[in-house]
Amino acid sequence: MSFVTGVGLTSFGKHEGSSSLDLMSRAAQAALDDAGLKRPDIDGILCGYSTVSPHIMLATVFAEHFGIRPSYAHAVQVGGATGLAMTMLAHHLVGAGVARNVLVVAGENRLTGQSRDASIQALAQVGHPDYEVPLGPTIPAYYGLVATRYMHEYGVTEEDLAEFAVLMRAHACTHPGAQFHDPITIADVMASKPVAMPLKLLDCCPVSDGGAAFVIGRESTGEAGVRIRGCAQAHTHQHVTVAPGLSELGAEISIARAREATGLAISDVRYAAIYDSFTITLAMLLEDLGLAGRGEAAARVRSGHFSRDGAMPLNTHGGLLSYGHCGVGGAMAHLVEAHLQMTGRAANRQVRDASIALLHGDGGVLSSHVSMFLERVR
Amino acid sequence: MSERLADWTRGEEAIIYQACASCGHVQYFHRGFCAACGASDPREARASGKGRVYATSLVCRAATPETRAHVPYNILLVDCAEGFRMMAHGENGLAIGDEVIAGFRPFAGKLVPFFSKGK
Repeated sequence: MSFVTGVGLTSFGKHEGSSSLDLMSRAAQAALDDAGLKRPDIDGILCGYSTVSPHIMLATVFAEHFGIRPSYAHAVQVGGATGLAMTMLAHHLVGAGVARNVLVVAGENRLTGQSRDASIQALAQVGHPDYEVPLGPTIPAYYGLVATRYMHEYGVTEEDLAEFAVLMRAHACTHPGAQFHDPITIADVMASKPVAMPLKLLDCCPVSDGGAAFVIGRESTGEAGVRIRGCAQAHTHQHVTVAPGLSELGAEISIARAREATGLAISDVRYAAIYDSFTITLAMLLEDLGLAGRGEAAARVRSGHFSRDGAMPLNTHGGLLSYGHCGVGGAMAHLVEAHLQMTGRAANRQVRDASIALLHGDGGVLSSHVSMFLERVR
Repeated sequence: MSERLADWTRGEEAIIYQACASCGHVQYFHRGFCAACGASDPREARASGKGRVYATSLVCRAATPETRAHVPYNILLVDCAEGFRMMAHGENGLAIGDEVIAGFRPFAGKLVPFFSKGK
């Protein structure tokens, strides 16, 4: 058994002059403080990667910098799924008795540490070096391909996709740490600059500086505990060229495995924290996970289903699309927000009931998936 | 191992794929073995260049100076007649389901497959 005993999150956006290690440290300190733990209490460290400051041993670089001598430490790399993959590993390490308190941390000065072009170029390298990258694709283009196909098969429109950008922006407007605080409309999304059609600028998450961290421990601390009820992964491919058909993608496989591992059903879920690198990513994952019927997710956004006061509040911090995306820490913000909601600390964003949360992360081009259920315990 | 046939990734005007003699699996990314059954030395063959558009994305924002000179360019996934899927460039107006035929064009200093509407 394991618990998320503390969470830490910086604001996302510009942190001029902060290094990746600075942002990781700030988030880690916040997570330790939240858990009521000191550095010697931490005996395991898992960290993500930094595209700005790549290192073959980032976990020990961070451990030394932060001042911890753990008995277990290494980095993990699964693209956008890294945060939840680390959490899953920490859950199993704690359960197996390998560590008592595992610090999961990531942070990157991706916005101010390098040019936007450098970020876009670095990320495009998830494509095949011989058969894809020479064609000049970008991450939005990989997802643009998936989007046209999804729209073709399920009758989804560009206006439908825009709904998700508008919703995430509305949520970000209620969080002081979000990168964007200006409300947007469907018309704004439709009129934003084309990036890789059908995806336009406001269909895409931004590049951000930021950091996030949590502590996964054996014992619940604090009044309301958040327990990791269970999790699962699925990895069907790396490159979009060899991705399976839309009905056979990894999200459906990993959620089925997670449901089996926990005995929970989608109808048990009260709060959703779903990866949203692009509007199409969010639309597809919601439908793959069973949080909406095929082609029906946008209609559910329109009816308020995924709003703070709706039946299934979703990414109430604003998600990658509007809280921001600093790499591995980006999707970790989803878990931080879920934790705040589950422990009744989400202030003006607080939902009625977040007793059971479903989290889902996606890395590559819908390549790597992690599904996780969190449960509030007293 | 048999000699590798040159294709567009090596500057030749050709699309090459592999078929496994043991299990019949067809693969596009070159390997010295079949990714389905592990048998060594899959047979290499030159594709006809005929296919059908599976997906498209018109790239309007490129990340390098070399590729920026070409925007907008249409990136496609094409289901080729021989049973494999490939990424390529194509005419801007192409739609999913269109029958297409491959040609080749220079792009950012290299040769890339470029599909046009077939008859």
